[in-house]
Amino acid sequence: MPPRPASKPSRKRSNPDSVTSSATGPVPSASSKKKSSKEVDETDKLFDKYANASSGVIDPEGIEKLCSSLEVPHTDIRILMLAWRMKAERQGYFTKAEWRIGLKALKVDTIGKLKKALPELEKEVREPLNFRDFYAYAFQYCLTEDKQKFLDIETICQLLDMVLGSTFRAQVDYLIDYLKIQKDYKVINMDQWRGFYRFCNEISFPDMTNYNLELAWPSIHDDFFEWLREKQA
Amino acid sequence: MSRQNVKPMTMDQGFELIDAAVTKLKRILEGKPEPAFGSHEYIENYTIVYNMCTQKPPDDLSQQLYDKYGGIFEDYDKHTMLPSIMEKHDEYMLRELSRMWDINKIMVRWLSHFFFYLDRYFITRRSLPSLTEVGMTCFRDHVYNNVHFNVKQVIIALIHKEREGQQIDSALLKNILDLFVQNGKGSMERYEDDFEKFFLQETASYYSRRSSSWILEDSCPEYMIKSEESLKKEKERVTHYLHSTTEPKLVEVVQTRLLVLVAKQLLEKESSGCSALLRDDKTDDLSRMYRLYHEIPKGLEPVAKAFRLHVTSEGNGLIKQAEDAATSGSVEEQVLVRKIIDLHDKYMAYVTDCFQNHTLFHKALKEAFEIFCNKKVAGSSSAELLATFCDNLFKKAGNDKSNDDSTIESTIDNVVKLLDYISDKDLFAEFYRKKQARRLLFGRFNDDHERSILTKLKGQFGGQFTSKMEGMVTDMQLAKDQQTGFEEHIKNGNTGKPKGVDFTVNVLTTGFWPSYKTSDLNLPLEMVNCIESFKAYYETKTKHRRLMWIYSLGICHLNGRFDPKPIELIVSTYQAAVLCAFNNTERLTYQELIEQLNLSHEDLVRVLHSLSCAKYKFLKKEPASKTISKTDSFEFNSKFTDKMRRIKVCIRLLCLFLQWMIAVEDVDKDRRYAIDASLVRIMKSRKVLPHQQLVSECVEQLSRMFKPDIKMIKKRIEDLISRDYLERDTENPNTFKYVA
Repeated sequence: MPPRPASKPSRKRSNPDSVTSSATGPVPSASSKKKSSKEVDETDKLFDKYANASSGVIDPEGIEKLCSSLEVPHTDIRILMLAWRMKAERQGYFTKAEWRIGLKALKVDTIGKLKKALPELEKEVREPLNFRDFYAYAFQYCLTEDKQKFLDIETICQLLDMVLGSTFRAQVDYLIDYLKIQKDYKVINMDQWRGFYRFCNEISFPDMTNYNLELAWPSIHDDFFEWLREKQA
Repeated sequence: MSRQNVKPMTMDQGFELIDAAVTKLKRILEGKPEPAFGSHEYIENYTIVYNMCTQKPPDDLSQQLYDKYGGIFEDYDKHTMLPSIMEKHDEYMLRELSRMWDINKIMVRWLSHFFFYLDRYFITRRSLPSLTEVGMTCFRDHVYNNVHFNVKQVIIALIHKEREGQQIDSALLKNILDLFVQNGKGSMERYEDDFEKFFLQETASYYSRRSSSWILEDSCPEYMIKSEESLKKEKERVTHYLHSTTEPKLVEVVQTRLLVLVAKQLLEKESSGCSALLRDDKTDDLSRMYRLYHEIPKGLEPVAKAFRLHVTSEGNGLIKQAEDAATSGSVEEQVLVRKIIDLHDKYMAYVTDCFQNHTLFHKALKEAFEIFCNKKVAGSSSAELLATFCDNLFKKAGNDKSNDDSTIESTIDNVVKLLDYISDKDLFAEFYRKKQARRLLFGRFNDDHERSILTKLKGQFGGQFTSKMEGMVTDMQLAKDQQTGFEEHIKNGNTGKPKGVDFTVNVLTTGFWPSYKTSDLNLPLEMVNCIESFKAYYETKTKHRRLMWIYSLGICHLNGRFDPKPIELIVSTYQAAVLCAFNNTERLTYQELIEQLNLSHEDLVRVLHSLSCAKYKFLKKEPASKTISKTDSFEFNSKFTDKMRRIKVCIRLLCLFLQWMIAVEDVDKDRRYAIDASLVRIMKSRKVLPHQQLVSECVEQLSRMFKPDIKMIKKRIEDLISRDYLERDTENPNTFKYVA
């Protein structure tokens, strides 16, 4: 989970119940077999273990608890992957519906099973087609305000590290260095964010010989390229 | 003889008779004494043949006659003609050949007359070559084929002699070469393969040698003269004896050797090459150069290139001169612009005269000017310098009567021409506009000149370029009318304008003029009344318009009633407001002034400084330091005097550097909008477009006004993406799609 302080009381909250019909009402499931409703029950029970009783959703505190149950640091990418699986809309919060979607997709209903399913989940997410989607999701997920389109540099650096750090260590390190030093960009938008992934994927590193300034790379990548070139000289 | 009674003639009989005739013919042809054929002999011979052909088979001897005919020629060619030619040399061989050729022609003619009957029936029936053909073919096979090689050698040797300046027998050569052509039987093959090919080779190496030695020894003009001569001589050679089809090939060979292969060396010759000729005004030589290279396909390109390089270096030299001469960062743009104009005139003259207005040279001139006209001179862009030049031109024109209208007109024409080369035209427009505003408001201006340059600019760059400037000039005209109306209005006793205050208002249309800041200055009562009265008048003229008063642009004439003597003060409205404050009180503190007048601190400090710490101290300041502080107090300096009766103290509200910065920023902002608009326009019509094409189309669209920075375009594209006008294609991130 990208590190956000667990307590941010002044944040605008979208109505968690707007996503599902109600936290306790009949579950709108695709199949109406008795067996699935048993599963759902288990899943719901698990949900309730971490959810905040009054708000009916898992809040940051609950997520932290979940993380320790899973024995995964709460800054770990796998929590983000889980959020992706759940199609969670709001950072730091899981609604019941989202919880159900996620756990059903992973075919788990206990903490133990969930923990065991994490490596599988990771493998699935790292598949190229999924990863692209996941990567864009990561950005989206961090946007807090309605109509917000940018993330600040600090967040981006952390996100880059978390999402791309394990596969593209060198690029991410240099990118983070650059982002911290430069003064031209105070925020990053989705297009530029996507560009980072493309850059890591397509451009050979550290020589960057196949980078072409004349193509349609967002300017921030051109600037990064020139900065790095100068550094290497 | 009657047919029935005569026995058929045998072959031997017939041939004997024919041989006799042939022998006689040969003797005649060889010039031996022999009486010519009479007409009865002619008929006899014809009849012999006729009879032998019309005899009933097996006595029809047509075939044999035909063969005999061929045999006669073959025999003569091989045993008489050929040896006689071969035993001669050089020119004599040629003459002999020519003679034999003529003999052959006559022989063919006579014998084909004798044997004519064959032609009529036998040959046509059997589709055999005609008698003439047989005769000519024999000659070709037995004489020509055996001699042409040697003959060719002789011809080429003779031509060489002629090239070296000796006389040769042109008529003879013409005959021989004609012979070559005719032996080709309708095609030019024999001529081309047996002669022309070798001739051209020889010509090529001849001129190669020439060219190598000339290029080292001669100057460029000398070389060109020699080349011109050579070409002329070769063309004459064609008319004298070569076949006309040789001309283009010959010209090409000579041109290649003399002009094309050495073009670079020739044009770049130190102290006499293209550059030097341009520099030294050698119009004849340049015209010759044009003439020579014009004929060669793509031949003018190196010349145009040399031209362009020369002009560019001249231009760069002027720029450098101006930079070196610039004192304390200020460039003498009057001098520089005039010099550039002169340079343009000089080289344009070359283009029109020496280079016959050829497009390549127009292009070269344009490219050269575009290079150095866009260089910065000591930090100032050329657009700005040109605008300053115009400003000074018009300002001086008002004062200097020696600068008559036609000179101004032609200078204006030149300015428009130069502007065409400058890529940042919008920057020029911005500076020009700002300076024009000052001219119109503060100086004397000549309406004709102002309109003239705008008309020309409009003609060249379009109405949008000049619309604001034209609006400004029109405003001044309207303002004059407005003022007259206002004064009429006052005379008719309307509204309370205080008598004794002359008040002139210029009403400006907001969009046209540069933006000026307004302020809530508290004016003295007299001025307020003036303003109110104009307002009232204006409202009778138009409703729906709001007047915004720009006091920072106003000028006041005050009577300074100083003790020693009264002096007229010409000051800005702000200064006047401050001075008039002292009409009611002797002494005012800074604080009081600020409250009374409602000026900003910066403005008040500047104004007070100009009135109390500068050259003319109309106010006394306590304490009498060099700077204004908020605790100062001021008093009317009644003791002030000067030898002048009228003093002008105007302050600029913004220092020059800031003005410049604002102009540049405004242009930048406009450019960003222009780029955005252009990008959206392009994407809207194309829907999908790859990045590079989008950028290049955008650059092209905008090139009329300025050269957009590629980085800026990229940034604007990104901005448009984040504003959801465009999006990247998911498959290909280098392509953009329009988001409707």
